[in-house]
Amino acid sequence: MDVRLMAATPTDEERAAVDGVLGPPETGWTGGERAPLDGHVARGGREARGRRDLLLPALHALQAGVGWISEGGLTYVSERLTIPPAEAYGVASFYAMFSTEPRPRTVVHVCDDLACRVAGAGSVIEELIAEAGPERADCVVRSPCLGLCERAPAALVQTSGSGVENHVLAPATVEALRAAMLDEVEPRELVTMRPEQHRAPPRGEPSAPQTLGRREDLRLLRRIGVVDPSSLDDYRAGGGYEALRRAVELGPEGVIAELNDAKLLGRGGAAFPTGVKWEAVAKQPVRPHYFVGNADESEPGTFKDRVLMERDPFAVIESLTIAGLATGSERGFLYVRGEYPEATRALELAVAQARARGFLGDDVMGEGFAFDVEIRRGAGAYICGEETALFNSIEGKRGEPRNKPPFPVEQGLFGKPTGINNVETLVNVLEVLTLGGLEYARLGTPESTGTRLFCLSGSIRTPGVYEVEHGVTIRELLELAGGGPDGRRLRAVLLGGAAGTFVGPEDLDLPLTFEDARAAGTTLGSGVVMPFDDSVDLREIVLRIAAFFRDESCGQCVPCRVGTVRQEEALHRLVRDRPLGSRRQELSLIGDLGRVMRDASICGLGQLASNAVESAMERLHLFDDEGGR
Amino acid sequence: MFGAGGGTSSYEEVANTDLIVLWGSNARETHPIFFHHVLRGVHNGARLVVVDPRRTSSAEWADLWLGLDVGADIALSNTISREIVTNDLHNPTFVERATAGFEAYRDSVMEWTLERGERVTGVPGEAIRELAHAYAKADRAVICWTLGITEHHNAVDNVLALINLGLLTGHVGRFGSGLNPLRGQNNVQGGGDMGAIPNKLPGFQDVENDAAARERFERVWGRPIPPRYGWTLTKMFEAMERGELTAVYCIGENPASSEADAHRAKRLLAGLDTLIVQDIFLTKTAEMADVVLPAANSALESDGTVTNSERRVQRVRKALEPPGDARDDIWIIAQLARRLGYDWGDLTSTEAWEELRTLSPMHAGMSWLRLEELGGIQWPCPSEDHPGTLFLHARLWEEDPERRGDPAPFSVVVHEPPVDELTEEYPLRLTTGRRLDSYNTGVQTGGYSSPLRRGEMVDVSPEDAERLGIRDGEVVRVTSRRGSVEAPVRINRGLRAGLVFMTLHFPDQVETNVLTIDATDPKSGTAEFKATAVRIERIGVPDEAGATA
Repeated sequence: MDVRLMAATPTDEERAAVDGVLGPPETGWTGGERAPLDGHVARGGREARGRRDLLLPALHALQAGVGWISEGGLTYVSERLTIPPAEAYGVASFYAMFSTEPRPRTVVHVCDDLACRVAGAGSVIEELIAEAGPERADCVVRSPCLGLCERAPAALVQTSGSGVENHVLAPATVEALRAAMLDEVEPRELVTMRPEQHRAPPRGEPSAPQTLGRREDLRLLRRIGVVDPSSLDDYRAGGGYEALRRAVELGPEGVIAELNDAKLLGRGGAAFPTGVKWEAVAKQPVRPHYFVGNADESEPGTFKDRVLMERDPFAVIESLTIAGLATGSERGFLYVRGEYPEATRALELAVAQARARGFLGDDVMGEGFAFDVEIRRGAGAYICGEETALFNSIEGKRGEPRNKPPFPVEQGLFGKPTGINNVETLVNVLEVLTLGGLEYARLGTPESTGTRLFCLSGSIRTPGVYEVEHGVTIRELLELAGGGPDGRRLRAVLLGGAAGTFVGPEDLDLPLTFEDARAAGTTLGSGVVMPFDDSVDLREIVLRIAAFFRDESCGQCVPCRVGTVRQEEALHRLVRDRPLGSRRQELSLIGDLGRVMRDASICGLGQLASNAVESAMERLHLFDDEGGR
Repeated sequence: MFGAGGGTSSYEEVANTDLIVLWGSNARETHPIFFHHVLRGVHNGARLVVVDPRRTSSAEWADLWLGLDVGADIALSNTISREIVTNDLHNPTFVERATAGFEAYRDSVMEWTLERGERVTGVPGEAIRELAHAYAKADRAVICWTLGITEHHNAVDNVLALINLGLLTGHVGRFGSGLNPLRGQNNVQGGGDMGAIPNKLPGFQDVENDAAARERFERVWGRPIPPRYGWTLTKMFEAMERGELTAVYCIGENPASSEADAHRAKRLLAGLDTLIVQDIFLTKTAEMADVVLPAANSALESDGTVTNSERRVQRVRKALEPPGDARDDIWIIAQLARRLGYDWGDLTSTEAWEELRTLSPMHAGMSWLRLEELGGIQWPCPSEDHPGTLFLHARLWEEDPERRGDPAPFSVVVHEPPVDELTEEYPLRLTTGRRLDSYNTGVQTGGYSSPLRRGEMVDVSPEDAERLGIRDGEVVRVTSRRGSVEAPVRINRGLRAGLVFMTLHFPDQVETNVLTIDATDPKSGTAEFKATAVRIERIGVPDEAGATA
């Protein structure tokens, strides 16, 4: 590789942080001391380049250990992995959780996204910034959705130093955040969800999972609040690993047949038949195959996968193992959102236990097949939820989506056939195998089988994750969560997250199925159902969504990079009642931008970036006149 | 190779092989276009091994770099051979059918144990073993080399040592397996093909031994051809020294700057009765000439062909009229011939090419029309219905002994260290080479700016710099047994203690070849540019070794 290193040298701390991930350097050519033998032999090439996927973990180590990624640290990582520093910098600067400038030891990321905004995040942030004063201004960072909407307002406390980990605070108070920001208290001490709370919370407390409705109807959430997420034995006592046993009996073709019988559709948003995807991977002659769990749950308003991972991590690992068996993959990756430290810890613990007990490894359950899972952390990039961007991120590159085709089942991770599903889809596989595919298909509607996890937050009395069969209406779901606050009038519901669409109060009887949503011109997306009442400034919500896409566009393709900016600008002009030309012209400009982004963007981010905005215009008529409606 | 002076493989094969060995070649910088083909191979999954005293930018791409001591190539090759043979990794079928002299060769390498190889080359035995096994076990493997092999006093033996490896393993004559010298200019290959070498007529037909060929040429040219080999450039300088050579007509060459031991070269050129230089620039040599003939630029202002490293003959088309009085080389030569009493008429490049096709069987099928249509043709191409030859020596794999032809001979080669010995007085090994953005003596590149170019520098290892107390950029004196130059130091991590590196790109600034030795290979006439013994002194600091000498 043509690598020209910078002159900057790493500090001992930076060296130690990187060596913690990569191991100590073996020769003078890879960052160690130069020895006489180094003058006569060097190894590298493919082997060194093959470790490129450790770039992100190494950058995480630098960020966590030192608090930022300095030139010296970056040079050292580049040398160790033979990556040109410019390229490594391109990666480091791509992700929001990495800083290439010196930063305070503790940085508080306060969510100002949709649900938190409704819950008063704005004033929390303002007060905190006032507390911080100008000299600590960089301690407070406004963050997109942290996936803690049921406990809004939420914050992520990012701390550096050895032995320190990141923590989330939700609901976050100004007092607690102030203490964390000033390093008066270790963030661990502030965590609102303590281990004992992994047990079912008392009824009525605003927390996931669903606390209303009949517990015996729960399937995906069955173990949550019942089974200790830190105990493999508890998981097994609760029926864990029975699905894997069944999968072994069925064999790969049998598992895929059950999935096809179950008509299981992916829950990540695209609703692709899971059995078809797995079969396509299994049939690829090229080896190896990989299977990836997409746990980069970043769609604003979505937190169901986090709840599954935090509170039922073994279910995620078991379902990935089944996927490995069925698709002929021996290596699995679970790409967890960087902003999910608690989920990451729960999963790491689960993987370690599963490995120790032979549920992962060279001979899973003594059944003669190999499978293991590596957990990879994202670092703050919504786009990495797009599957090919996620592959690039695991591979140590900027998380930019790839053109399709080739599709992941042909050329996915490391260019090999790859299956990828989001966490909820995976956990459904356990249900399919436990019930049997045909039995599973009896749940829900003929076209939308099974149950669905919905994330309720915003103007709702009991926010949380709710599991219902497909076919329940929006109204029924809202009622299940206790309805809206007293004395308030419902104005709109956001379905499917920022990439979804708004519906109005007149649409509340829409059954929540793939087919009904499609027919109504909306989407279930990632399962977000976020009601807004008349206390919420909806135009501000739409502006936040537009700002979100502008910020999260990876910038690779022009329609999205430019379109998201121009869309936001036009909305601001409308809100400020300063249209270029007439309001009608601005609205038609936004429509044009949406069409261009839909038609010409590489990936779903750009294709869907105008969805919510346009639905707000068309269904809610928010921008028809200067006052909104 | 085995009589044909060209690389056996095509670029396409380098992109589709399993192991690429760059031996004495920094192709990343010196053959950047060829290196693209190497990178295609690497991206397609080939392993890359680089053998070079320096850890060059090519070596940084390699899976394995063997940093042998300068001039230890035969030792390394023989050690690899022994490792292959003693582990039964050679190809007995190929060896038996297609080669000769295996037993003697095998016996000759038996003394080269890994231990001895390590001692002589400096490369850990384990790494030598790794290369030996990788090369022998590879389904397809190519070895490519350049001046790191040939700029030695035993250049031909070095080449033979590499050929031995190919014969031992059968890595020749099949798609993706071959032995390839990389050519330094777009038409070095073509120069040899056209007979611009002392012992061959066009098409590699031997001047002394091939009477039939000589006769064909005599018939067409209407003049007898002396049945004697001519002189190589090095031999010419010896003849000048003896007073036998007194007139030189020098076309497109700049020996006053490019020859080893430049002091001597200039002295001898100055002593000639007549020196005629035909060039596109007023080179150092041209400055000394009695007559300078301004020539057209062959790339832009001339019609003809060039032949690249994969033996592909390609058309060159005139795009510009040459400036001023500059003339096409063919025109100048024809005019000269006319003044000497041979009127060739208005000789055109087409006529010259058609004549060549009648005389050189390997070019016979290459009409300009076909060259145009096929985007060049790889020789040999004996007839107009022949597609050209992707790789050479496929015959060695023929079942039928008749078609297989003469076996390819192994050559017993003996390790000889460089002539210029390291002593206390001259403790550092200077090796010379080239950088990415400059070309030889800079005649063709010096006029163009480059953001990479820093002028001449002497590259020194961090260890030597520290020991000598030299800072990066400091100007030091480099002294060999023949002369002394001053140059700024560049500290280069790619060098180990005891090894220093210079180029010959900036003769006006630093005459590197004042230092080099003109010990030449008797067979190829190439001087040992790669191995000079030097010392480095800080300027103004008394030298201890010098003081005691």
